[in-house]
This record gives sequence, structure tokens and C-alpha cells, in this order.
Amino acid sequence: MAAITLIEAVNLAMAHEMGVDKDVVLLGEDVGANGGVFRATDGLQEKFGKERVIDTPLAESMIAGVSIGMAAQGLKPVAEIQFMGFIFPAVDQIICHAARMRHRTRGRLHLPMVIRAPFGGGIHAPEHHSESTEAIFAHIPGLKVVIPSNPSRAYGLMLAAIRDPDPVIFLEPKRVYRIEKHEIEDNGEEYPLGVCFVDREGTDITLISWGAMLHETKQAAEKLAQAGISAEVIDVATVSPLDIDTILESVEKTGRACIVQEAPKAGALGSEIAAEIAEKGVMNLLAPIGRVSGYDTVMPYYRLEKQYMPKVEHIVEEAKRIVEYR
Amino acid sequence: MTTVAKFEINYLQYMDETGTFVSKEVPPAFAQDIDKLKKLYRDMCLIRVLDQKAYALQRTGKMGTYPAATGQEAIGVGFGSALNKEDVLVPYYRGQASMIQHGIRMEEVLLYWGGDERGCDYQDAKEDFPIAVPIATQMLHAAGVAKAMQMRGEKRCVFTEIGEGGTSEGDFYEALNVAGIWNLGVVFIINNNQWAISVPSEIQTNCETYAQKAIAAGIECIQVDGNDIVAVKAAAEKAAEKARNGGGPTVIECISLRLCDHTTADDATRYRPEGELDEGWKKEPILRLRKYLESKNAWSEDDEKTMTEELTKEVQQAVDNYLNTPVDSPEAMFDSLYAELPERTLAQRELAIARGAK
Repeated sequence: MAAITLIEAVNLAMAHEMGVDKDVVLLGEDVGANGGVFRATDGLQEKFGKERVIDTPLAESMIAGVSIGMAAQGLKPVAEIQFMGFIFPAVDQIICHAARMRHRTRGRLHLPMVIRAPFGGGIHAPEHHSESTEAIFAHIPGLKVVIPSNPSRAYGLMLAAIRDPDPVIFLEPKRVYRIEKHEIEDNGEEYPLGVCFVDREGTDITLISWGAMLHETKQAAEKLAQAGISAEVIDVATVSPLDIDTILESVEKTGRACIVQEAPKAGALGSEIAAEIAEKGVMNLLAPIGRVSGYDTVMPYYRLEKQYMPKVEHIVEEAKRIVEYR
Repeated sequence: MTTVAKFEINYLQYMDETGTFVSKEVPPAFAQDIDKLKKLYRDMCLIRVLDQKAYALQRTGKMGTYPAATGQEAIGVGFGSALNKEDVLVPYYRGQASMIQHGIRMEEVLLYWGGDERGCDYQDAKEDFPIAVPIATQMLHAAGVAKAMQMRGEKRCVFTEIGEGGTSEGDFYEALNVAGIWNLGVVFIINNNQWAISVPSEIQTNCETYAQKAIAAGIECIQVDGNDIVAVKAAAEKAAEKARNGGGPTVIECISLRLCDHTTADDATRYRPEGELDEGWKKEPILRLRKYLESKNAWSEDDEKTMTEELTKEVQQAVDNYLNTPVDSPEAMFDSLYAELPERTLAQRELAIARGAK
């Protein structure tokens, strides 16, 4: 058992499933000999051959559309979109077909496919390489949207995503691809989709986050503890369908909620979580719901990137304000 | 300067508008079998009767928007009859002729355009795709299906159809490109009915032919007279055989003319030049095959009358089946969304049932 990073865990999960299920195939730009620009598919073409780890031409709509055709035939394609900023040509295929095929054929055809894409800011990348647009996909019925926050979850959730009989958008927070290592046994055990994880128990406030921002959120919880505030931390993990029950249970206990997201604030996943808490848990609240997020602006190019990103102190500040609310 | 590559586009026509075999080439075997030609004639007439009936249903409020294929029956019936049962059809929205050829039921076509997804739950064509409404997206699905067949070493092929306007879309080029590189067993049919709603070819492309778009993808292509069912079927059968045996993709451009509105929601008199329809009706596919059959003393006025009565009955049965299909229950909106409906959406399903019961 070795300690591995989040991206190595993605690789390990795909390799595991390819080893046990011959229907699993990988495709995307540079996924073959190059092993993906971030090395998510490193070594897999060598191991499983060019027929199952397929370098595609440079065309994102094609990658999604061809995956739909393959999946309708019972294969389990795991397609890589090199960066989430390049997913938009594929959105027509994802929204108009992948999300709807089971529904519009009344279950006759279904699509066991995964579309992976690295996303989010913080690595000084070129323009269009740093946005957090998960809400676009979370809004679409028929899709599942999964965001792992650490290596163990990346391994377990990727296995679940590949095995899921419906299309899963698997968004990888690239800022934390290599930030920490977990000891992972390659035992093929999946984590459930559609379930939030309580990463830290607390009694004064619930901090809700996902993806890379979970790291800042956990650090904030630590700082809050030093200040005598007990924060519960929830990793949403599957942003659609949302496990709102776990969040509501936590808020019932703590009476306070703060949502932390890297995405812009308006019309985002945090808005949905806040609305759900307001609809179903408002009587448990001791203070208004808080949100720490990116700004409602274009994701800046990297010189201003740091200014955009929510930071530990912003979370601490907002959490304190909520806890001290009278 | 030196020439590094040269191309030519071939055109195939066996039977001209007078119903005469004009090609120097020997007609394919099916075209020398009068019973087979009669069957193709009947199948084309069925589509015309169905389309007329569908129009009437829409005009009387019994069905939604419907795209007739009047004048293009030879294309769908021609290539549709080249598919084997185990091949896969990835149709476009005006694809009823090929769909019915491949075993999709008329009542399913009607149910679909009648606003009911159950019309895509094909009982006898389990692997065929539902109609793709976003233009050209189906091209990529066909490539994906062909890739799966190739990976599994299956001797099957995929057919997909697109209007000439659809060939301006990115998905069309992306599909041709990947099909060429991967040598996929897919046949791309371009139904060139000369109108993309109101836009004619001079606004759609600067190419002399739509077939030649295949050349940039390294794919074999041919242009055929889309009003000559012998040419369409012959080209499709050849391409299908090639595709099933690892020979790769083919693009077949079939030139025809839309003799009807784009859909029931369209009024082609707004843009169609005067006289075009009169000329078009002289060249249409059903008339010319009838002329041929008559020239061989294989078809009579009585045959025509008997057949029309039979087809009308057949279509009416499908219409009755469609109209007698009760509206689905409200929970059907949820029941095939995912393999398992998320916990969170269950409450909405219950709500829809409760509201629907009122």
C-alpha cells in the first residue's frame, strides 16, 4: 500500500476498473503515450493497449458524442476533457443527449459513461483554464456531478462513477491534485455517489464545501477551534444529486451554516444549498446563512488570481460573524 | 508548384425521370427483380400516405409539429432497405422512411411526434437511436456505435442521415474526421433536399457538392440521384458491405427536392421560387418507378388502387394505435431519468402524482 496523490488515485481507480471490466475504455486528447497533460492516464495505454486507451483527434464535442454512441452499445467510456474550460463544445452532447437518453427512450438506451475534467483555479494557468462551472452541470437533470476533495475520495468516487449506469461528470480540483497523499489500498471499494461526508464534527457552525476549497475550509475550522468555535465540516462530494439531508441534520445540530465555494456567488451551488436550508431548516437557524465564494466576475488571469480566490481568513471571518450574530 | 493530391466526385444514376434505365453500368441484382422493385415502390408510397395522414392529424389538432419527407422517399427507403436487422440506425428528424424500413413502427413515429417519449422506446429496433433534434449531433453517436462494433470485432454497420444544411455544423465535420481516422464502419447519408428550412445551397456552402466534404476527412464519397431509388439503394448496399467488412466509412450525398414544407409549422411559399415545385414533381421518385413498372407491364391502375387502399388501412391502424395510447402518468417524467431516482427528487415525484390526481 502506497501513499498517493489525488491524481494518482484517479489513475489507480481507472486502472483497477479496466482490469476487472473489459468494457471500460478511456478516450481523450493526449491520454495515450503522453498519459494526459496532468498524467491522469499515465502508463494506462502501455498496460491496456491503444484499443482501450484511445488518443482522439482534437474535438471535444466528438469526444462526448462518440462516448454516447459507445455507451449506448454497452461500453463504459471514461472520457477526458483536457480542461473544463474546453468542455463547452461538448455541452450540446452532454446536455441534449447524455443527460436525456435514458429518459427519452424510456430506459431502452442508457449511458454508463464518465466525463472527467480538471477544473478550478490556483495554478497560474492560461486563460480559460481556471473556472469553476460545476453549477452549469449540476442544474441539468439526468446528470450526476461528482467532485472529489482528496485522494481516498477520488479513488472511491471514480470507481462508483465508472460503475454507475448513468452519465457522471467527474470534476477534478487540479489545485489539489498533488497537495496531499493518502494510503490507499487498491481493493476496488467504491464510495457512494449522492452522499455528503462529514469531515469534522462540531457543534457551533456547519461549514459546507467541496473540491479544492475543502482544504481552506478545514484549515479555517482548525483556526476557529483555536478561537473556541466548534465547526462541523461537510464535503458535499456529489454536487448533483445533492444529499441535502446530511446538511440539514448538521445545521439542525449547529444552528448555523456557511457555504464555501470557489465559483462565483450568483446562481451557484451555494445558492441552492442556502435555499434548501432556508426552505427546510430555517427554524433551526440561530443566524442568517453565510456564503464565502469567488466574486461575480470573470475568473481573472493569473496575476489577479489570488485576489479572486476565497481564503482561510475569509472563511474564519465569515464564520465568526455568523456565530457572533445576535 | 506540384500537385500533391487530386480528387473527383462521381455521380450515380441508373433510372432517369422517365423511368428509363440510362446508366451504362449493369443494374444491381435487386433492380432486375421486378418483385423487389414493386416492394420498394410500395414502401415509398407508404411513407407518402403516412406523411399525408400525419399532416392531417396536425391540422386537426391531433398531433404536434411533423416533418414530412415528400419527394425524398427514395432516400430513406433506399438506404433503409440496405440495413440488416442487426445493423444500427441513427436517424435524423426527417428519417421516418429509413426508420420504418429498419423496423421502427409507424405508431412509434406518430407517438413521438405526438409529444410522447414512449415513441422512442422502439419495440423492434432495440439498438437504434431516437431522433436527434439538435442538428448533426447524431453523426457522432453513429461514430461511437461504430467504434464499439469495431472494438468487439462485429460485422455490423451503422447508418446515419443528415440534411444538407446539417453538414455546416461542427459535429458533422468532427464525425467525418474521426470516422476516417479510425476507419469506422459507418455510412453517412446526406439528404440533400436543397432547402434547410428557407436557406438554399448557395447560402449553405461554397462547395460544388456536399459529398466532397468527405474528401477533407479522407473518406470515400459519392453523389447519387436521390430520386432514383435504384441508385440510392445500390450505393448504400455497397457502402454497408464495405463498412461491415472493415473497409471504413462512406459519405453518400443523395440529391432530391423537398416537395413539402419544412414541417407543419413552415410555409415554404415565403421563400420557394415560383415554378420549382412544378419542375420537382416531374422528377420525384415514386412517379418514375411507377413509370418503369408500367413500362414492364408490371403495374396497373388496379394495382395502384388496391395498394393505396391497403396502405391507407395500414396507416389508419397505426394512427388508431397512436390515438388510443393514453397520456402517460405524471410519474413517467421521473421514472426513467436515472436508473434510480435520487432521494431528493422522490418528493417531487410524489408531488406530481398528487397534483396529477386532482
